[in-house]
Amino acid sequence: MATEKGQKVVWFQAAGCTGCSISLMNSSYPDLVNLLLDELVPGKGITLLFHATLMGPTGRPALELLDRVPREAAGQYVLVVEGALPTGHENFGRVGEVPMAARAAELARKAIAVVAMGSCASYGGIPAGAPNPAGCIGMGELLRQEGIGVPVINVPGCPPHPRWFVETLVTVLARGLPAPEELDDAGRLRNVYSGLIHEHCPRRPDFDVARFAPYFGEQGCLYELGCRGPFTNAACPEHAWNGGVNWCIRAGHPCIGCTEPDFPDRFSPFFRKLSLEEELMTYRRQG
Amino acid sequence: MSRLVIDPITRIEGHLKVEIQVEDGAITEARCTGALYRGLEEILRGRHPLDAQRITTRICGVCPLAHSTAASLCLDDALGLSPPRGGQLLRNLIYGANYLHNHVLHFYHLALPDYLPAGALPGALSPGTDEDRRFSQQEANRLAGHYLEALAVRRKAQELVALFGGKMPHDMAIVPGGVTYRPTLGEVAAFRFRLKEIMGFIETSYIPDLLLLAERYHDYFGLGQVGKLLAYGCFPLEGERLFPAGVVLGGELVPFDPGEIREGFAHSWYSGDGPQPPWAEEAPPAPDKAGGYSWIKAPRYRGEPCEVGPAARAAVGLRAGTPEFRELAQDILREADVPPDALSSAMGRHLARGMETLFIARAMESWLSQLDLSAPVATEYRIPQEGRGQGLAEAPRGAVGHWIEIKGRVIAHYQVIAPTTWNASPRDEAGKPGPIEQALAGTPVSGDGVLEAGRIVRSFDPCLACAIQ
Repeated sequence: MATEKGQKVVWFQAAGCTGCSISLMNSSYPDLVNLLLDELVPGKGITLLFHATLMGPTGRPALELLDRVPREAAGQYVLVVEGALPTGHENFGRVGEVPMAARAAELARKAIAVVAMGSCASYGGIPAGAPNPAGCIGMGELLRQEGIGVPVINVPGCPPHPRWFVETLVTVLARGLPAPEELDDAGRLRNVYSGLIHEHCPRRPDFDVARFAPYFGEQGCLYELGCRGPFTNAACPEHAWNGGVNWCIRAGHPCIGCTEPDFPDRFSPFFRKLSLEEELMTYRRQG
Repeated sequence: MSRLVIDPITRIEGHLKVEIQVEDGAITEARCTGALYRGLEEILRGRHPLDAQRITTRICGVCPLAHSTAASLCLDDALGLSPPRGGQLLRNLIYGANYLHNHVLHFYHLALPDYLPAGALPGALSPGTDEDRRFSQQEANRLAGHYLEALAVRRKAQELVALFGGKMPHDMAIVPGGVTYRPTLGEVAAFRFRLKEIMGFIETSYIPDLLLLAERYHDYFGLGQVGKLLAYGCFPLEGERLFPAGVVLGGELVPFDPGEIREGFAHSWYSGDGPQPPWAEEAPPAPDKAGGYSWIKAPRYRGEPCEVGPAARAAVGLRAGTPEFRELAQDILREADVPPDALSSAMGRHLARGMETLFIARAMESWLSQLDLSAPVATEYRIPQEGRGQGLAEAPRGAVGHWIEIKGRVIAHYQVIAPTTWNASPRDEAGKPGPIEQALAGTPVSGDGVLEAGRIVRSFDPCLACAIQ
């Protein structure tokens, strides 16, 4: 059992859908029990202090745990945030009467580091789609606005593949906080978000000979149906999803770019083929 | 008299605060506050209609299929599409798999810790109190073991969704007109063997564990009752539905008419005059509104707050369902030694959830054997200049509805009323409390009321991300 000397982790949920937690619960090797109880790298595991979906205590005892952490475990815990932070009005999101954004900032201020789990916590995600009714932002932006210098590691995806979180977690446990050059421009670990989906797509041979699927459920590259694989950094083709059984493009659905900053607006409407100009602009932006 | 705030209610989806008044050993009044507003309906306005398929799926990570299904039905309706039989079978199989994940997760990981002794589960998972624990040490050990086993079972159920649906959470393959994927024979076999394993767990662990819980806590069949029940029905196939639609008012089954649904906002943080029909609803957020206490709106059927969910599906199913459902439901009711009208209760909801898990898993075996992998799975779509659509389905936690209005080939209006919008709704224009508020009022409590309130609230399997989009 690694729980006694495990790295303390607080999992805080804000403007999200719990999909990132459910995705992590889909992890196998290590599975959730391994993650909670076992050494993940030699001599190191985690001790989960707070996770509202899974924890036993409810109401005041649960809230007191959350209130005590920044005081009693300052500088000792990693904060994982799931969901965006509503900043448009303090009543848009509260946990224990306190606005979520204020609570997230308070927890982050005393953390060793913040792991932004999912595209909402990383960049705002779906709730930040125009016109962003609740003023949702990601943790990086929140900490910039609050002048909090704690490092943030983004693990985007809607939701992220559990492996991307596990890779990020064990990298930090084994080697400590990443150096700035280990993160890409979007704040993701380069070794986890290491290439465009298009580069490893099994339908790439279809693209190369311009054999495009005319409709859902048909053979061929999905580019003309709106696929954003050429612009999306994610290891979906390599890992596939849910124990490797399938993933979006294999299932005949165009990639919608859910790991990228400015998802969903950059890629909406999802089922519209991008023009050549847009494509070139995107390539240029990414250098 | 004491006033107690329970915030956060943990082991549910999302952000719910419940306030109870306790007087002379009973809860006299309760208020439910949905504490998060995102505004996804507003985000949909002006977008391409098909974006609703992908964006509404992301309303909820526990039951994305509730929304991908309702959205696809809503868009099918607006675009005039009728999925081919193969597409419908695959939709049902994908959706059914979401139920298996949801109900196993809910029973073992969200609800059961309310009944297990402190220390039965490791670390932060450990139940917060030892109050009113009735299992023997041996039983508690067995249930805790099944808690851990169920983590893998629900993961396998998510693999079922992904096999035909692409990935999970946030399935991708359901689209207007059908599905995007025709699985291979090998994948059908992979599906069948996972389903068989899950079925084994349901039959040999889930149902017996549920019946043990129902026996030890038989008094909870008398707590948390609501009584007015509503189901939209779901799992269509060739004009029939596995779960029929209906309303049970005063013990009588009444035909369901979607035109009778209205949403009010008297105590919700929205402006606008209520109650309004979903197709024409205009209710901008008003976070400072006096008298408001929740982001959840107050949907009503003919002015009545209705409970939705497994108890409603079972109540309607017992009166109008398939012979297979009625037989299974009656068997389980007999084993639990309760009458059908005990379904709308803190323990009855668990029982209804368990019986339908078994029923759906059996239906999935049948659908799987009917798959024809050479048949088309989708029809082509064209976006009309103008159009209206309605998509009604059953999420694991109850009736879910999507409504769309298309103007100029974009979304002019999109409305979602989710199960927890019904169940956790606040008081309405007429001052009638929502179903969970009703279920809590009158409950006798042994201590401060947190224990009983937690058990009753969780029996509804609330999902706040769905309740307020």
